[in-house]
Amino acid sequence: MSNQGAGALIDATVRPRRLARIFSRDHTVIAKQFFAMSIFFLFAGGLLALFVRWQLGFPGSAVPVPFNFLMTRTMAPGGVIAPDAFNGMFTLHATFMVYFAVLPMLVGALPNFVLPLQIGSPRMAFPTLGMLSFWLSLLGGLLMIATYFVDGGPASTGWTAYAPLAAVSHYTGSSAGQNLWILSLAILGIGLILGAANQVVTIVNHRAPGLTMFRLPLTVWSFLVTGLLVLLALPVITAAVGMLLMDRTLGTSFFVPAGLSVSGSPLAGYAGGGQPLLWQHLFWFFGHPVVYIMILPGMGVVSDVLAVFARKPLFGYRAMIYSTFAIAGLGWLVWGHHMFQSGMNPLLGTTFMASTMAIAIPSGVKVFGWLATLWRGQIRFGLPMLFALAFLLTFTVGGLSGIFMASTPVDAFIHDTYFIVGHIHYVLFGGSLFAIFAAIAYWFPKATGRMLGERLGRLHFWLTLAAFNCTFFPMHILGIGGHMRRIYDPTVYAFLRDLQPVNTFITISAITLGFAQLLLVANIFLSLKNGRRAEPNPWRAATLEWTLPSPPGDGAFAVVPEVHRWPYDYSLPNAIEDYLPQTSLHVNGTGTGTDS
Amino acid sequence: MRARLSILRSRLHSVGRWAAPPAFAVLLLLAAGTRAGAGPVADSSSHGHRWWLPAASTAVAGRIDSLFILILWITSAFLVLVVALFVAFVIRYRHREGRRAAHVTGNMLLEIVWMAVPAACLIAIAYASNGAWSAMKEEFPRESESLVIIVKPRQFQWDVVYAGADGRFETADDITAINRLDVPAGRNVIVKLMAQDVIHSFFVPQFRMKQDAVPGMTTEMWFNVPAPGTFEIACAELCGLGHYRMQGRLIVHAPAEYDAWYAGRLREKAAESANAR
Amino acid sequence: MNSSRSLRLGAWLLPALLLAFALASCGGDSGDDADAKKPLATIDPATAATITGTVTFQGTPPAPKSVRMEADPHCNATPENETPEVTQEVVVNNGRLANVFVYLSDGVKGRYAPTADSVVLDQRGCRYHPHVLGVMVGQRMVVRNSDATLHNIHAAAKINKEFNIAQTQQGQLTDQVFTHTEVMIPVACDVHGWMRSFIGVLSHPFFAVTATDGSFVLKGVPPGTYTLTAWHEKYGTLQQKIEVKERESTAVDFAFKAP
Repeated sequence: MSNQGAGALIDATVRPRRLARIFSRDHTVIAKQFFAMSIFFLFAGGLLALFVRWQLGFPGSAVPVPFNFLMTRTMAPGGVIAPDAFNGMFTLHATFMVYFAVLPMLVGALPNFVLPLQIGSPRMAFPTLGMLSFWLSLLGGLLMIATYFVDGGPASTGWTAYAPLAAVSHYTGSSAGQNLWILSLAILGIGLILGAANQVVTIVNHRAPGLTMFRLPLTVWSFLVTGLLVLLALPVITAAVGMLLMDRTLGTSFFVPAGLSVSGSPLAGYAGGGQPLLWQHLFWFFGHPVVYIMILPGMGVVSDVLAVFARKPLFGYRAMIYSTFAIAGLGWLVWGHHMFQSGMNPLLGTTFMASTMAIAIPSGVKVFGWLATLWRGQIRFGLPMLFALAFLLTFTVGGLSGIFMASTPVDAFIHDTYFIVGHIHYVLFGGSLFAIFAAIAYWFPKATGRMLGERLGRLHFWLTLAAFNCTFFPMHILGIGGHMRRIYDPTVYAFLRDLQPVNTFITISAITLGFAQLLLVANIFLSLKNGRRAEPNPWRAATLEWTLPSPPGDGAFAVVPEVHRWPYDYSLPNAIEDYLPQTSLHVNGTGTGTDS
Repeated sequence: MRARLSILRSRLHSVGRWAAPPAFAVLLLLAAGTRAGAGPVADSSSHGHRWWLPAASTAVAGRIDSLFILILWITSAFLVLVVALFVAFVIRYRHREGRRAAHVTGNMLLEIVWMAVPAACLIAIAYASNGAWSAMKEEFPRESESLVIIVKPRQFQWDVVYAGADGRFETADDITAINRLDVPAGRNVIVKLMAQDVIHSFFVPQFRMKQDAVPGMTTEMWFNVPAPGTFEIACAELCGLGHYRMQGRLIVHAPAEYDAWYAGRLREKAAESANAR
Repeated sequence: MNSSRSLRLGAWLLPALLLAFALASCGGDSGDDADAKKPLATIDPATAATITGTVTFQGTPPAPKSVRMEADPHCNATPENETPEVTQEVVVNNGRLANVFVYLSDGVKGRYAPTADSVVLDQRGCRYHPHVLGVMVGQRMVVRNSDATLHNIHAAAKINKEFNIAQTQQGQLTDQVFTHTEVMIPVACDVHGWMRSFIGVLSHPFFAVTATDGSFVLKGVPPGTYTLTAWHEKYGTLQQKIEVKERESTAVDFAFKAP
């Protein structure tokens, strides 16, 4: 809660000035800043998604709410979203959600708050890097919002920004908008790299005495692995967008081949010789690991929440860790499965099919491990647990639907249809976001000293779960019908007309889903004000953060804790309590805690 | 069955208010799954109100469909297994006063089983996929025995080029069309894609085929449609503001009809060039 | 680490970002504002003269190229398209050349306030009407879609801002204003590749497009010495030095030759 938290202990003699309080180097403040930013973009991205859905569910009819303040005059004549504006909206929807909502939450807010507390450190390794990491991310976010208001409209080439569509401004009419999009991503990339470096070094160097690597909770393991993934993946996209920006502004031809035309006339100003597929390779070499960056922290959180609420050790702790590494490692070898139909050599398609299939195995290890954690447990359905359980199911659906795309021939049909859109939302919404909701409910008492309201929380959970499935499950049906993604008006095609009722249903569900999220915000604000006071350890969990008061306040871990056991000593037969904190030396009775 | 259901119902009641809704949601999900799974045996006409795969119109499309169904069965089996265990565990092992969870940390054998079984399934899927993939992308029919058509997509239309009377491309007597591809039934057709500006993707849902057209390189696809019919060509790769309207028609003629159509276009072309001279 | 160190870091970062920002926003318009600096002029009806003339075509005109409008079924829905489906590239009637943009390219003093009434660029039957049009700097141009299909208006302007807007609905209107002199701006619809139009933007009202009989009239020209230019999309430009006297009508003819 305090602005001068643990991180500032080092120079606690100096009272922080106002500027220093805003540009705080305290990890809990940075976490809150990231959290606020992430929630803001979650809603901004959601709003854009609803506009997109409106056009798809009710093509050509005016959006029923006044939203002219969001649009330039050509974007929505008469309230009907124009096709270029539509393209801009789904581009920014994905950009907001992936880069400015989920990534800052999982690489910013979550590790900054949880990580030091879980490893018994008073601070992150590099407080200034942490501070810069947030402000650069925010700057990137502000630039991304600015793209909406520049002449020519926002970037409209999808979050994938395939060249040459994105490399030559004549092809979209969005000139400054796409440039700003690129800049914004580059800046965000630098911000996240700083944050990830901070995260990895903190885990390696700042663990409490006795907290060996194999005594770390899965959440911390996943922070370590995602940190490494960010460090390796983000430079690739930062370099790639740099090349794209040079193609756009300096006339280089990294991604622009010779002999292009625009509106039937030769394209001037490019030497040619570039390769559009190079962009796709670079983008997906980053883009696929980024999917794992967005899911692995969620898996870590869910692993811990399941264990705590089932009152059982995580099943197969080491297998869980190794599978995290396996997913992260294999994640570098599967980018080509986004490119089966791209004109890439079909033999490579076979290779990438094999590696993609392989990644399903560690994912399966996780799902079965979670199930086995529930087995013979004492399951309490607390709010965090509900989201963790929902994650388990929705992630399974999302994982299984991925196998369809891994099969090269089936992908020839499913690729670039709504099947993919359904799949990615099962993984990103049903996966990452459900895990984020679980994390919010789980650590809210630790961060604020108040419990998150159960009643409103459950309403939010059930509404979200129902609306989520009604929104994204039918998308698979659309995809099976051949419904292309990113099309403005599906009714143009005869083979899609039968599917229009599905589209309408999805839109109504999506609107419900969007409004249900307001409950979360309401719950957060109401609980901050009137929530039940939280005990230090409301969930009776074993990890280190629960040995601190809620909230930890100044001087957390001023006395460095000593760790004696792994984080999953639940329901030990000889213990009196059904859990043993990592700091406890003795089991009451004869037995000793096991390491693994 | 009824007795069992009633037991299940009474259990559901005893589980309390928090567990009933998830069970309901799972049932809904399963219902949706089986509803989708029931589709493939339904009629195969390209019309009618169906939320399922469009009619498969080529042999390759049929192969892809059977692969799709295979994967659907395997993944559905896993989903049912996971959901069944999930529901059983959540009900059976919900918190009760006076009971303590088992302190189980792992089981090597179980872990090996749940790696090996999915691995075997995945290898089977990959093996089955590879054959169809080769047929689609690697074992092309010989050009001399096929009809070769060049399609040059641009923002936002399909420019179609047939070799003219001389049988060669890029000559004055090429026959061109926009957004319309006429092909004979029962003959191998090779489409060479050469994008003029950005990336497009040639997609005919009934063929289950999609091939990106990348500027600066030539990509190819082939198909053989046994029976005459009319299909829609869609662009499946975002190509700009007119992406959704980048729509073409693919007309499959009976062979004799196609020959007549082609001869007609040849005559038209000859008359046109005579006019110009 | 203390706050002064982080401030120093910020001091490096800020200029770097500004530089990057500048890089991103370049590539925008860079038109010269010579027009805007000219004094405002008005037409004096007491002295205004007229330029008339005819543009002829010598030699055999090329055979009209056919357009296959079946590419979009909506295009044939308009009754207008009972006319032969040919391009509007070269339209010659009895040796007279239509769609030639004739304008005073040199000698006009000052700039003129834009006319209040707007010009219309209509998309009807998947054609532009008119095929060639002139508009003043600052004058309103209304783009209309009279078809029940998607048109996008992609103007490949080099001095003015390039624009690319879509019109999805029949009867949709979009306003457009040009800010700089530019002759000519090619306009294309990317959905219907054969659709082409050309827009001449001038800071004075002394321009005309030849009718189907090749005739043109420029009215209200102040007396003086000018360069009169005739522009055709395929045959390029022809120029003549002319002298216009008070209240007189000057006749000027142009003759394009078949290459």
